[in-house]
Amino acid sequence: MTSLIVELSKFVFILFIAMYTFLSFSVLRKKNQEEINHGWRVQNLLTVLIQVLACVVLLAQTEQEGQEKLLLFFLFQIVLLQAAVFFTRVLYPGVSRLVLNHMCFLMAVGFIMLTRLSYDKAVRQFQIAAVALALSMLIPVLIRKGAFLQKMSWFYGIAGLLLLVAVSFFGKTTSGAKLAIVLGSFSFQPSEFVKISFVLFAAARLVRSTEFRELLATTVMAGIHVLVLVVSRDLGGALLFFTAYLVIFYVATKKPLYFLGGLGAGCGAAFAGYHLFSHVRVRVLAWTDPFSVIDKEGYQITQSLFAVGTGHWLGMGLNQGMPGKIPVVEQDFIFSAISEEFGGIFAICLILICMSCFIMFINIAMQIKNVFYKYTALGLGILYGFQVFLTVGGAIRFIPSTGVTLPLVSYGGSSLTASIMMFAIIQGMYLLKEDEAIQSEKERAAKSKIRKNRKKQIGKKS
Amino acid sequence: MITYLFIGLFTCMIGYFIYFEAVLSPDVINNPYNARQDAFAEKIIRGKILASDGTVLAETKTAEDGTETRSYPFGNVFSHVVGYSTRGRTGLETLANFYLLTSDMPVVERIQNEIKEEKNQGDQVITTLDVNLQKTAWDALGSNRGAAVVLEAGTGRVLAMVSKPDFDPEQINANWDSLTSEDDTESALYNRAAQGLYAPGSTFKIITLLEYMRENPSTYADFTFHCNGKLTEGNYTINCYNKKAHGDEDLTKAFAKSCNAAFASIGLGLNTSSLSAACDSLMFNRELPFELTYSKSSFSLDDSAVPADKMMTAVGQGQTLVSPLHMALIASAIANEGKLMKPYLLERVENAESSLVKSFEPEEYGPLMTAAEAQNLTEYMKAVVESGTGSKLSDLGFPVAGKTGTAEYSSDKKKSHAWFVGFSDTEEQEDIVVCVLIEEKGSGSEYAVPVARKIFSAWHNSLTSGS
Repeated sequence: MTSLIVELSKFVFILFIAMYTFLSFSVLRKKNQEEINHGWRVQNLLTVLIQVLACVVLLAQTEQEGQEKLLLFFLFQIVLLQAAVFFTRVLYPGVSRLVLNHMCFLMAVGFIMLTRLSYDKAVRQFQIAAVALALSMLIPVLIRKGAFLQKMSWFYGIAGLLLLVAVSFFGKTTSGAKLAIVLGSFSFQPSEFVKISFVLFAAARLVRSTEFRELLATTVMAGIHVLVLVVSRDLGGALLFFTAYLVIFYVATKKPLYFLGGLGAGCGAAFAGYHLFSHVRVRVLAWTDPFSVIDKEGYQITQSLFAVGTGHWLGMGLNQGMPGKIPVVEQDFIFSAISEEFGGIFAICLILICMSCFIMFINIAMQIKNVFYKYTALGLGILYGFQVFLTVGGAIRFIPSTGVTLPLVSYGGSSLTASIMMFAIIQGMYLLKEDEAIQSEKERAAKSKIRKNRKKQIGKKS
Repeated sequence: MITYLFIGLFTCMIGYFIYFEAVLSPDVINNPYNARQDAFAEKIIRGKILASDGTVLAETKTAEDGTETRSYPFGNVFSHVVGYSTRGRTGLETLANFYLLTSDMPVVERIQNEIKEEKNQGDQVITTLDVNLQKTAWDALGSNRGAAVVLEAGTGRVLAMVSKPDFDPEQINANWDSLTSEDDTESALYNRAAQGLYAPGSTFKIITLLEYMRENPSTYADFTFHCNGKLTEGNYTINCYNKKAHGDEDLTKAFAKSCNAAFASIGLGLNTSSLSAACDSLMFNRELPFELTYSKSSFSLDDSAVPADKMMTAVGQGQTLVSPLHMALIASAIANEGKLMKPYLLERVENAESSLVKSFEPEEYGPLMTAAEAQNLTEYMKAVVESGTGSKLSDLGFPVAGKTGTAEYSSDKKKSHAWFVGFSDTEEQEDIVVCVLIEEKGSGSEYAVPVARKIFSAWHNSLTSGS
């Protein structure tokens, strides 16, 4: 009976996520506000349904004594995410519902997978999420009102850099990279937060001036960030920072030559890195021919490929695979675990949802008039999109594995908190964009009023 | 613009993901390191392995109390190629593991079994193996150590693959300790057909001849030589088999009689680097396109080679080592107008009710030589059967082309490995390639050719009785 539930649930999961994904793209085309709101509500409902179904499937595979605990935990998950939707809407009626829904959906999938992989880690993730979601409610108002934010460019730069340097000195080394500062039982990954401060720094500096000397100073500071990350062996992080900076820089200066130059420098650095650092060569070897080094360097990626391949299109069913065979599956390879148990179709829908987030971020960047926020939204969008690309691409051996997390889905308090912050900042900017639109609407109305008045006066005179 | 760039990246990635799931994943996941396969066995009854005519080669029987045993009706006959699955996995048992542990029974039935909490029957694989040829080869090798490989030249289907000494796959657990003990000198678990590496002896003259024709395209047919039973260059002397003097000979006779003196003299004149290149292109020092465990053949002869090295290499006695499978592949390319077909063992996958799940098509590896070269070599190899060391094959009723070899593998010149490699040249049927190796026995014509003869005639008989 249990296996029947698991087998059938595979199809229902796919149906739910397919509907959710379809709505993400179809609702945007609708004109009628009522229909649009209906679409958002259906998405919320689907999120809850997936959580309920996952709960049922896991309950069916749990011993009697563990069931109550599990049921309660799922109840908490559903309440937390729906509360986040509810309160965000009450506090900020104008937020982007799509971005909000996506945030909750991705977290829901993350919770399900983590609950299945490790109950204790899932609980920890849940606690951090609850705190982070609550605090993030403050962020949109800061963005909306905080004109001071763009005046603190060097503060962002220096504070971020200090954090990174601190890690490279005091950080704990895990699987070759120094990523986290450990204080007692609490481990903190500054680079996740420095991502945001780095984007703020680059945006604030490039808004101020694109004069050559200033550009040079900004670029040197950005370069030091990247170098410190390389020294700490956080190659994925270095690549993310580099790409985000390159894009903001290009958009700010509008000089393709700079972009190509930067790209060239990046390729040169990658080439030099390959020859200088053995761990880079190891990563590349594990990518080009993982089966020749299956016992050591290629172990992780081949296990990931086994997971993805064995799951195939429909998946093994929740709790039916062996994602635990993949080292650090909860962080860097959560996508493989999802793909193994929920199947390739589900995984592709997940990529499309991430892509939808990315498109929303970039759309906001395009539409917002405040240039500082434009660059910030763009930078965050690129960071997000590129990070999804790196982690998914790494898991399926499309590109070498760089060891970055899937935002909002992977385990890790710092990554989760930073991602929630990032989404909140985007929401703030979305509101600002709406404000701008209303503002310009008013201005236009005012102007036309003046014009009409003038006409009237002219009419009167004649 | 940058947005589109990113969307493009994502699209490529999704495309690759689809490609991975649709095309790459079966090969990737069928790997002994993939522990997920073992988990399947808890829900699936391991499927059957069948010969090409449907004869059962391996099947799992479930007793009343639910215990499963893997049975191999032919005992030792298919031991290496079918392999075993109860102590690790080898042979077809590992190659087809994923299919055997996947059930493609009708969905309704699968769900019924799920509800009853019963195991589903796994898919069965139909192999290219021919029971009659495998048994013939196995019987013909008798108690000798050695190997035999039979391929279909035009398709690459592996019809038989025998290695001796062998083992009983049903008793693999009971006999494990003695099979793997340090005192064991038999190496019965070793698949000599694909993993055994031997000096090629005179079978290498096929390659020497090919290289000679390539280096002397217009004059090779004019080759003449007077053999007095040996050839001395510097202080090294190479002897013909039994020091027999072959007298005046042309290239056809020198090849047919397997004259060492003549081929050593040819070897002295060859360009070492282009001979090396020719061997590389014939897959020496390379991976072979074969799905079971095999050993890479090796060839080394560089510019610093002294005349003695060149002479020995030309007659297959130097540093060269080759597997019976590899020799069979070279012969199959000659039989197939120079084109090598990838050898394969899996014909199709069916569910337990014999409806098709997946079938495998012959695949071309690529040309190993030109069609003209293959044609010329075939003529020379036919002469071996008509008037040379393979004459015991001349009265089979259909033309055969081949080459014998007697490989001395130690300084004790009395001990040698007997080789035969060749193919039928009927032009009407799918021709077969036969390669036989017998360890430590004697000359190829005396020991390997009779084995090949039994295989060829068994094949011919089954064709004529079948049609």
